[in-house]
Amino acid sequence: MNRYLVPLAVFVVLVVLFRIGLEHDPHLVPSPLVDKPAPVFTLPDLRNTSASINLSALRGQAFLLNVWASWCVECRNEQPVLMELAQKRKVPIYGLNYKDNRAEAIQWLDHYGDPYVKSAFDQSGRVGIDFGVYGVPETFVVDREGIIRYKHIGPVTPEVVNDILLPLLSKLEHPST
Amino acid sequence: MIPELGHFALILALCMAVIQSFFPIAGAARGNVAWMSLARPAARAQLVFLLIAFGALAHAFLVNDFSVVYVARNSNSLLPMIYRISAVWGAHEGSLLLWVVILGLWTVAVTIFSEPLPEQFVARVLGVMGLISTGFLLFMLLTSNPFLRDAFPPADGADLNPLLQDPGLIIHPPMLYTGYVGFSVAFGFAIAALLGGRLDMAWARWSRPWTVMAWVFLTIGIALGSWWAYYELGWGGWWFWDPVENASFMPWLTGTALIHSLAATEKRGVFKNWTVLLAICAFSLSLLGTFMVRSGVLTSVHAFANDPARGIFILILLGIVIGGSLILYAWRAPGTLISSSYGLFSREMFLLVNSTLLTVAMGAVLLGTIYPLIIETLGGKVSVGAPYFNSVFIPLMAPLVIVLGIGAWSRWKADEWNRLWQHLRFAVFGSIIIGILLAAMLSGPGALRTALGVALACWIILSTTTLFYSRMHSGPDLIKTLKTQPRGFYGMCLAHIGFAVTIIGLVVTSNYSTDLHKRMKPGDKAELAGYTFELAEIRTIPGPNYQATEALFRISRSGKHVTELHTQKRTYSVRGMPMTEAGIGPGLTRDLYVSLGEPLGDGDWSVRLYYKPFVRWLWLGALLMASGGLLAVTDRRYRQVRLQATDPQEVIDGGAAIKS
Repeated sequence: MNRYLVPLAVFVVLVVLFRIGLEHDPHLVPSPLVDKPAPVFTLPDLRNTSASINLSALRGQAFLLNVWASWCVECRNEQPVLMELAQKRKVPIYGLNYKDNRAEAIQWLDHYGDPYVKSAFDQSGRVGIDFGVYGVPETFVVDREGIIRYKHIGPVTPEVVNDILLPLLSKLEHPST
Repeated sequence: MIPELGHFALILALCMAVIQSFFPIAGAARGNVAWMSLARPAARAQLVFLLIAFGALAHAFLVNDFSVVYVARNSNSLLPMIYRISAVWGAHEGSLLLWVVILGLWTVAVTIFSEPLPEQFVARVLGVMGLISTGFLLFMLLTSNPFLRDAFPPADGADLNPLLQDPGLIIHPPMLYTGYVGFSVAFGFAIAALLGGRLDMAWARWSRPWTVMAWVFLTIGIALGSWWAYYELGWGGWWFWDPVENASFMPWLTGTALIHSLAATEKRGVFKNWTVLLAICAFSLSLLGTFMVRSGVLTSVHAFANDPARGIFILILLGIVIGGSLILYAWRAPGTLISSSYGLFSREMFLLVNSTLLTVAMGAVLLGTIYPLIIETLGGKVSVGAPYFNSVFIPLMAPLVIVLGIGAWSRWKADEWNRLWQHLRFAVFGSIIIGILLAAMLSGPGALRTALGVALACWIILSTTTLFYSRMHSGPDLIKTLKTQPRGFYGMCLAHIGFAVTIIGLVVTSNYSTDLHKRMKPGDKAELAGYTFELAEIRTIPGPNYQATEALFRISRSGKHVTELHTQKRTYSVRGMPMTEAGIGPGLTRDLYVSLGEPLGDGDWSVRLYYKPFVRWLWLGALLMASGGLLAVTDRRYRQVRLQATDPQEVIDGGAAIKS
């Protein structure tokens, strides 16, 4: 009879897994893109219609890529944190304005603050798909070689900046230490 | 008023489902004929109430009744009529209703076509299907009622997700669900056989047409889903190993294994326990798919709204249905008698290898799908992508293909290597030569893989056509032989050729697709794979519930005009969501695919151009597989089932087996 119990045993293990899985937030699963080259894109600049932003031109320095949108409520809470980080001038922050309306996005930046060197305007979300974005906001740490080193899902908090982003960035800037 | 009627009909359907499950199963256990005879009328009445509920929801969509929360969330007064109908199953609650309606349709089909089967057996089958329906109706009424009203209805609805506003999506979910839910019949037959202790060849013969029919729908449903992703998501991908896709692919793999294993059980009475386990697994995986898509336990591009309360409910339901059936299996299966033996080198053996390989492949997909969960439980975080599935799944398919060619030629019980070699050497050498020639002719990094894949596909085609040819020449009169061959044989040949066609499409398009990402303005030209793509003009076009910018491409090859393609970038007004409508020039050996990206200023646009060789073969092959299945279902043998089963001797045998 024992071998006939194997399917049942497998199923019980599955149920236990699913039960535990229900408690967790699947959105915390990291991107498969971590430690892979950032997808290359060329997108129009949000504020300057005639200019475009090319990701490969940003190589040579580590930077943050923050995915945001004017329709995103969580982004409002995140903006002061990013503003403070930008004022420290430790790392350039680029924005990826995801599935948004240009006029509303600019207005939103004027109201909540613009921490970005530049924001790329990804109206269709096509680049967002390349980056595996499934919830806004998300923040990517890209190193000087153009490799994604970390992905944070959800709003960046002061704790995330101090405990994860800044230590990681200083390690990326001084790889020997 | 009408939504309340729908709600009420749903409650009545639940009552019918309870009657349909309790009385027939209890009646079968106690030998109470009156209780058993309730099964058929209860099942039919349940379907009537379900159809009323479905009609009520469809009516709410048609008349834009935005006081119904579900309608307000998924429709809009500007939504075209056809999408108001498909919006009925466009989100969680409505698609559950569709699920139950389809279960009702399958159940009533069983009540009609099971007349000749023993009453006790039919009562158990219908009872088990009624139990499943009870669970799902309870789930719907308690956690996901589509008829809930809003006291303060919005002036207009939030519109259907633009991704779902597409002709492919009108038929994709019903097809897929018909396939999924169809396995409930094979499941019902399996449980009834286990309950009655009657796991015999007749059981396999009865289940076979039902299983194949469900498999046909599932095949079409998966192919439609892949085709939809290809043209609607706008970047030319056709399979992503997404949890939701895997959820439909796992029952398909198990169903394929089940079809082949049933053949051996029906013809030779072997692998009864294995077959019954596959029948339980196929439906369990369908239920598991439903759970994974709706509970939010895994992330996916097309996940439904997540709600942990729903997750717990489906998990309990799963535990009862699957856990219960596996306990029954563990209890009853060991007593099964093995009625015949077979040699190491026989068709039985090849079919066993086939269903084992398919099951292992299913296990690999299951592991990949839930691996993130396992790791998470252990405290880590990981996500599994296409590289895992490709590197695990594809190596399992190669031996499967090789066994397929030999198995179709081999004889039941015992065969000789010499005889098989005599027949198969042509196909062996033919496919090896084609492979070597291709490897020599092709260039590029994927040349070896393509040559190997095409050679394997040729192996299937050559071994199947030689088998077909030799069968046709087995008698003196060709026409007579053509007529006397069972349809099951034709169906098998067609489905196997279809599998080969899909393999060719898969390897060629994965290894030789090329694409170009360019900045273009009207008048610009670009070269890709020998074709010249000219962006002729860009214009604005208003749609019913969106605004579109359309680009017209003229495509030529060495100066000769080939085709014109239109690609649109739409912004749906209500959700403000942009969508790309790709322009596709279909062809048997290649697709040309253009999709319009972003405006880059100065009249420039970013544009993606793709050349996709043999991509149509993927879906053409699936269509052939499904047609093969349909042919097999119409085999004369299954119509004879009724005559044989009404044979008094068999009924007596059946009765005796049930009592024992």
